[in-house]
Amino acid sequence: MAERVGDDVAVEQPTVLDLQDLAVYYGAFRAVRGVNMAVRQNEITAMIGPSGCGKSTVLRSLNRMNDLIRGARVEGRVMYHGIDLYDPRVDPVEVRRRIGMVFQKPNPFPKSIYDNITYGPKIAGAPKSSFDELVETSLRKAALWDEVKDRLKESALGMSGGQQQRLCIARAIATNPDVLLMDEPCSALDPIATGYIEDLMHEIKTEYTIVIVTHNMQQAARVSDRTAFFTAELDSDNDRRTGLLVEYDLTDKIFSNPSDERTENYVTGRFG
Amino acid sequence: MAAPALPTDGADGAGLALERLKKRPDIGGRVFQMTLLSSLLFTLLVLVVLVVQVVGDGSSVLTGRLGSFLTDGLSARPARAGIAQGLRGTLYLCLITAVVAFPLGIGAAIYLEEYAPRNKLTTFIDINIRNLAGVPSVVYGILGLTIFVKGFGFRSLTGGSTPLAAGLTLAVLVLPVVIITTAEALRSVPQALKEAGYGVGGTQWEVIRDHMLPYAAPGILTGTLLSIARAAGEAAPLILVGTTTGYLTRVPSWFDVSQVRDRFTAMPIVITSWARQPQDGFRIDNAAAAIVVLIVFVLLLNSAAIVLRNRFEKRREA
Repeated sequence: MAERVGDDVAVEQPTVLDLQDLAVYYGAFRAVRGVNMAVRQNEITAMIGPSGCGKSTVLRSLNRMNDLIRGARVEGRVMYHGIDLYDPRVDPVEVRRRIGMVFQKPNPFPKSIYDNITYGPKIAGAPKSSFDELVETSLRKAALWDEVKDRLKESALGMSGGQQQRLCIARAIATNPDVLLMDEPCSALDPIATGYIEDLMHEIKTEYTIVIVTHNMQQAARVSDRTAFFTAELDSDNDRRTGLLVEYDLTDKIFSNPSDERTENYVTGRFG
Repeated sequence: MAAPALPTDGADGAGLALERLKKRPDIGGRVFQMTLLSSLLFTLLVLVVLVVQVVGDGSSVLTGRLGSFLTDGLSARPARAGIAQGLRGTLYLCLITAVVAFPLGIGAAIYLEEYAPRNKLTTFIDINIRNLAGVPSVVYGILGLTIFVKGFGFRSLTGGSTPLAAGLTLAVLVLPVVIITTAEALRSVPQALKEAGYGVGGTQWEVIRDHMLPYAAPGILTGTLLSIARAAGEAAPLILVGTTTGYLTRVPSWFDVSQVRDRFTAMPIVITSWARQPQDGFRIDNAAAAIVVLIVFVLLLNSAAIVLRNRFEKRREA
């Protein structure tokens, strides 16, 4: 049940991404095991937990970015609108157009602001005539339009960190994705820039489904509808630590009345 | 444990503090610095002596008859000999080397860095390429003689001891270096940039073409231009491939492409053959002047490499 205080209607949002027994391996090392969680449409889902417990690994497996790492391998399924993303017939390029990503450190292309945004649609075959409008729409949604509208042809690298990150969000939005994955998007930014981005997330969640990994518990509490808490435990076979999902529930519940003791210890600051 | 406090009591308080903070003689450091400086000065000295010697020896030709020196062909008389044919040969050699080695070398590097799996075979290939980069150039000369000049079906292509054969030989010579520098440049592309490209739905080729190659361009350009500069000065492979040391009948126009399948000469060979003549006019004056021209040519290539590299580097840093 997804009833929340203040909602008019208690409606269970449809599932966009359904992780079924997901485990990720780097070579022989199992980085994360047994993740079962359903990401719901138009919600902001946060993944929190201490370092090294696989949050980023799980996030990157949602748009097949782990494919770029030699030896990375996945067991289990990631169902996206009923299709397993890891089905051999699925093209990772198409997946990444529909499931976009924003990274921890802003990484705009060393090109103009305009070209940064149009690159994705251009290689997807969008007509040049649509570019101007696309750039404006994406920058408006990323709350960046007013600041850069007079210098679209200037290099993206000339902007501040916060602006660059908003540009990266605009760039991710430009391919018209379903889902936006954000890997600690604010950890390299100052509090004011962070605030802009959190506001922006609230604005755009009506159009996108957002999954965010964050080290900042307060941010997770401020921003998300649902929270997944991960931790890492010593593997019985070897001396490495494997990540696992401990608890996944409405954010209010995770922070006020978690079911698992490990969750409680983390959110109350007893460890982590 | 707190750091010891600077003494401030008493009339001498300030003086004592200054004493603690004053510079202390760092003898070892100064000696080291002086040693490094003298190494630099010595190297520069050697270079300066070489250049001064060569410019001095060639000055009579360079100042007296530079025009005819550049436009005359080989001759039995020192005062009538020029490097026109040598220049054409060297230029066509560089062109052929570039046209053959760059696409092959850059393509091979892209394949090895981005597409090839990491296994024993590719490691073996990588080690071999590095070894080939260190093989003496005379060995490549023998290779060129056997394959491009004499046989394997190439003779019909190159026509024997021609710029085509020598260019192919030099291309093979510089290929390992081009591959290695290109591969290094590709490896220097930040992972974040690649992820950004893949993240918006780029295919591997699109990420390489639109992001990696532009980013790696300065490194690739430097490596390729420097390898051409090196090839321009190689004498051993040219000797073995049969570059003419005697006389050639014609001085073709710059644009006469048929000269790539004709007997030819090139700057390093002109220089070495002149340096062995008994007459002072050849051995000292002409040879030195030709050396100066070759140095200028190589300097121009290197400067072009630096300018282009700086321009591309600026572009990727806003």
